[in-house]
Amino acid sequence: MSDAVPATPAAPTAVPAEARRVETQQDLDAEIKALGDAYARALKDGAAPETQPRLDFPPYRSSLLRHPTKSLHHADPETIELYSPAFGHQDVHELESDLTIQHNGEPLGERIIVQGKVLDGDGRPVAGQLVEIWQANSSGRYIHKRDQHPAPLDPNFTGVGRCITGPDGSYRFVTIKPGAYPWKNHLNAWRPAHIHFSLFGQEFTQRIVTQMYFPGDQLFPLDPIYQSIVDQDARDRLVATYDHDLTQPEWALGYNWDIILTGSKRTWTENEALGAEGDDHE
Amino acid sequence: MSNSTKLVPTPGQTVGPFYGYALPYNKDRELLAPGSPGSIRLQGTVYDGAGHPVPDAILEIWQPDSEGNIVHRTGSLVRDGYTFTGFGRSAVGNTGVYTFTTVNPGPTEPGAAAFISVAVFARGLMNRLFTRVYLPENDEALAKDPLLSSLDPERRKTLIARRDADGGLTWDIRLQGEGETVFLDFEGTGTGGAAQ
Repeated sequence: MSDAVPATPAAPTAVPAEARRVETQQDLDAEIKALGDAYARALKDGAAPETQPRLDFPPYRSSLLRHPTKSLHHADPETIELYSPAFGHQDVHELESDLTIQHNGEPLGERIIVQGKVLDGDGRPVAGQLVEIWQANSSGRYIHKRDQHPAPLDPNFTGVGRCITGPDGSYRFVTIKPGAYPWKNHLNAWRPAHIHFSLFGQEFTQRIVTQMYFPGDQLFPLDPIYQSIVDQDARDRLVATYDHDLTQPEWALGYNWDIILTGSKRTWTENEALGAEGDDHE
Repeated sequence: MSNSTKLVPTPGQTVGPFYGYALPYNKDRELLAPGSPGSIRLQGTVYDGAGHPVPDAILEIWQPDSEGNIVHRTGSLVRDGYTFTGFGRSAVGNTGVYTFTTVNPGPTEPGAAAFISVAVFARGLMNRLFTRVYLPENDEALAKDPLLSSLDPERRKTLIARRDADGGLTWDIRLQGEGETVFLDFEGTGTGGAAQ
């Protein structure tokens, strides 16, 4: 197996040195293309589109030992799973949605506004729920001891933000456009620029962690993580839209990205559309 | 009941290795303060398909209180040490071990089997996995639980915790291979992150 977990956590994305020598981007491209072609043929033969990433996507080496081999077992959600934890403004300070003001000076890079709505599969806004983001700085470096990419750390940028969605499901962050960065999946592996998003719905079954990408990135076809979603329409759902109306003169570029959670399985009442915000006043 | 999903859900992606300074937070794994009356430790190890501990996984739990009430209280991120919110998050350590301080969940319906709902995230895992950890007591309730009774005995065992001598619970997660934990698909679409 080419991606045994290292005995020490010093290099979490490392594959053994031997594999690293022989596996190039070209090798990975061929694997990704073969899987994509097979999917295209299956679609043509009437298979249903795949809307989620494959848990077993061999070009992403780290998935080899970390995907269940048995089909996920269908279960009807029980009562507790039909509700979500409540988060309120006591949990998250309003300033946490601005990643550019967490230190004494201005972070380096392109300031951006990222905003959108969190909706459920029936189009209803997910109000009063927690959104968490994290990302690399403009040089493609995380402030994490295991990230040894020799790009500069930015003393004025940590890359962590949180907010609570508004009554219309909206979220908004001010941050810095993250840089692409190398990782060790194979020789010359680079991740497209992305922001990690963690989202809760009104039910625990809607919980999701995903990544938002930026339009027009040349690294998309090369990235096994992005390509683990074999369907182009599904992949496109992870790419934000540049929005010049959201862009602010002399200050920041604007991107829009809406996030759709799964459909609700619980019968809703009108009160729930207000979310958990009221809990702050208990 | 609404089964007519109109919008296609956004795909998931791996949590990656570097969530470490974003998702963990102070007292994230303490649903109540250790040593509080009624508190128990829930612990275990996350393993990959080679039987190695996974050092860069992160788990979340969501559960009713000991009476089976589903709480709607804020304060999971900024804990006051007294309010039970039902939610916890534990990054696994270098040895693959996670720990929560919580309470035994009560049954949400009379006679139902009590369990804690779990979401699993990890580097290398392309989408979160849902599962459940059941309390080992109350054989009658376990026997009639709809999920457990739909599983063969070997797989069923993966969802039931062991009761420790100190009153705590031990429950390991195996992402792959022998004793692979049962992971759940609530959508019934077969594409909710199904293994390929």
